[in-house]
Amino acid sequence: MKRSATLWTGCVLAGLIALVALVSLFWLPYDASDTSGTRLAGPGGSHLLGTDKLGRDLLTQLMTGSRIALAAGLGSVAIAALVGITLGLVAAFAQGWFDDTVSAFLDILIAFPTLLLAMLIVSARSATLTSAIIAIGLAQSAIVARLTRILVKRVLAQDYITASRTSGTSWPRIVGAHVLPNIWPTLAVNLALQFGLAVLAEASLSYLGLGAPPPNASWGRMLQEAQATFTTAPAGALAPGILLVLLVIGVNLVADGLRDTLDPARRRRTTA
Amino acid sequence: MTAVLALDSVGHTYRGSAAPVVADVSLGVEAGHSLALVGESGAGKTTLLRLLLGLARPTTGTVRFDGDPLALGDRAQMRRFRRSVQCVFQDPYASLDPRQRVSRIVAEPLRSLGVATVAEARAKVAEALEQVGLPADAASRYPHEFSGGQRQRIAIARAIVCDPRVLLADEPVSALDVTTRVKVVDLLAELKRERGLTIVMVSHDLSVVAALCEGTAVLERGRVVEQGETRDVLGSPGHPYTRRLLDSVPRLPV
Amino acid sequence: MSLLDVRDLTIRTSDGRALVSDLTFSVDRGERLGLIGESGSGKSLTTLATLGLLPDGMTTTGSVELDGTQIVGASEKSLVEVRGRAAAIVFQEPLTALDPLMRVGRQLAEPLRRRRGLKGDALRKAVAEALEQVRLPEPGRIARAFPHEISGGQRQRVALAMALACEPDLLIADEPTTALDVTVQSEMLVLLDTLVGERGMAVLFVSHDLAVVSRVTDRVLVMKDGRAVEDGTVRDLVRAPRQPYTEALVDSARRLESALDLEGPR
Repeated sequence: MKRSATLWTGCVLAGLIALVALVSLFWLPYDASDTSGTRLAGPGGSHLLGTDKLGRDLLTQLMTGSRIALAAGLGSVAIAALVGITLGLVAAFAQGWFDDTVSAFLDILIAFPTLLLAMLIVSARSATLTSAIIAIGLAQSAIVARLTRILVKRVLAQDYITASRTSGTSWPRIVGAHVLPNIWPTLAVNLALQFGLAVLAEASLSYLGLGAPPPNASWGRMLQEAQATFTTAPAGALAPGILLVLLVIGVNLVADGLRDTLDPARRRRTTA
Repeated sequence: MTAVLALDSVGHTYRGSAAPVVADVSLGVEAGHSLALVGESGAGKTTLLRLLLGLARPTTGTVRFDGDPLALGDRAQMRRFRRSVQCVFQDPYASLDPRQRVSRIVAEPLRSLGVATVAEARAKVAEALEQVGLPADAASRYPHEFSGGQRQRIAIARAIVCDPRVLLADEPVSALDVTTRVKVVDLLAELKRERGLTIVMVSHDLSVVAALCEGTAVLERGRVVEQGETRDVLGSPGHPYTRRLLDSVPRLPV
Repeated sequence: MSLLDVRDLTIRTSDGRALVSDLTFSVDRGERLGLIGESGSGKSLTTLATLGLLPDGMTTTGSVELDGTQIVGASEKSLVEVRGRAAAIVFQEPLTALDPLMRVGRQLAEPLRRRRGLKGDALRKAVAEALEQVRLPEPGRIARAFPHEISGGQRQRVALAMALACEPDLLIADEPTTALDVTVQSEMLVLLDTLVGERGMAVLFVSHDLAVVSRVTDRVLVMKDGRAVEDGTVRDLVRAPRQPYTEALVDSARRLESALDLEGPR
């Protein structure tokens, strides 16, 4: 029972924020660029959660921000998973000098600062959410690739892989039937963690002007902007902060729940 | 009679290492004449097993299957080879994919070799499970629900499901408790008798070797120091190393 | 008074399942006892409990008195005081029992320094002596080696040397030869028997193999599913087992062994 509780709590938390993002596509309390409100108004009155220092409605910003947070998280993780798992598989199967080369390449990619990568991509394209997502996704794919490589190597050393080979199973089928199912639980948890980190990374890139351009408010930039006025108008910083934490916790709970659901041994133990 | 499996002065050296792990080993496995490769760590048992399983190429010499040199790139020959030669490993906790149900694990050779339809496969899996003494409902369960001895039976079921001629067994009972060990040895003896299976066993456990194999080859540091009929090799050992191995076996007080 | 006195020992998992139940036995000074059992018999847990080394979440009831100190419920501080001095342990897998990142000599120096307060040259000399005692060739080279650079048998000898360096009253050996080759196992059993005999140490020898145990101890206790089934001398148990389980154990061992009684051509 505990297992599905974890999964459900996670689904509810992440789902709530996804719902907010969905609603924001059709309805917002105010226009995102509407600065007509009283500056730094407290919660209540015509602005439910108050306004920021430019007089923009806080709830509106939070709602549009949820869209960006989800897009940043999902987009980056999708890129990281696709590029990272592929690279990691190649690296795990590589032998001799090729293995060394791939590993060295991954190490360099990991050491390469995300910020620098982002600046390079932004200078090649432009400062948009997509640029930020590509930069974050690529940076994370190096980490995912290295993890995948280790996990795959560990699985490949198991006797059931040898047994599968002596059964005449081809390598692609071995990867599909044995390798991916066995590395997936650990990978899923890591990808959920990367999701949270991607949301935070997008926030810091936006702050530096390398992310989604205004008037799209990202939670990260809201946090930064509200920093100076935290003591007088705490709602501006607290609201996006809390939502960020809820989203990251939600996704991590989903990952934990999934891992337990996917593991036959754990499934057995929790029901016994 | 042509040997099913044979090694012709086979040697193997791992990349980057100067000394060969096995050198100039010649062995023949004839149908109905089970063979034990006996030795301790560093004797090259595992390497020989990998060569016999077609998982590695010998650096020198030839591995023969039904008289023909084994070509790892020859798909048709490899398919025949995989159908004829199956394997059981030492550690039943590592040799079964924890995320697959027993039915899928046991059916893998059938699926990969494409030798049975889905319906045939189900019947063959059930038959193999019955042969190794597992209940029919075992098929729908996962490996972790079984004890070490039962897991080893599942591994044996997988190995015999496609009716191979040769079963390569890597220390098949050394990870098991004594009472379980006896039962699995009995099972292997039964498979020899009833299915005409020839066992090639890598082991350091001389009593298991004596119970199952007609022939024995003793390996020391990658070379065969003595080989012949088991009752001769272990009954009146000619090489001092064989004698030392025999003397080291702990015996119950009489 | 016994050196090790275990009374009504019960070990439970966090969900209340009993892994060891009402186990009672004792080992006197200089006495040797074998614990025999198959996987799941609770024999290894029992050895861990005697040193207060059970994993978190397991609860122990009953009494384990080691050299007059009550182990059940003892604080970590008093356990540290009694471990090593009263009892030291050699585990089954020598590779995981040694720190892979520390040279063998330094690991062996640790108990010598702690127990005998040695330093500098004296300590170095004691390390070399300890390695010679367990019949390791080239003690100088072994001392400088990392665990993975020496063989499994050599590692187990190092582990034994470390246990002996504590000069314990009781040596606990948990399947110390199971991971070793037969010839190495045979040498190790002789060595253990000799070294322990010279020191008049008590031994608690845990194994699944009656034949192996009989090389070191006379008296054994057979365990199954966490309970004591039968005890007595190895000779008596083998000749006339009183319990069906012991009989099955002996029969299995006998049957495997009988395969070796081959009539070779003379």
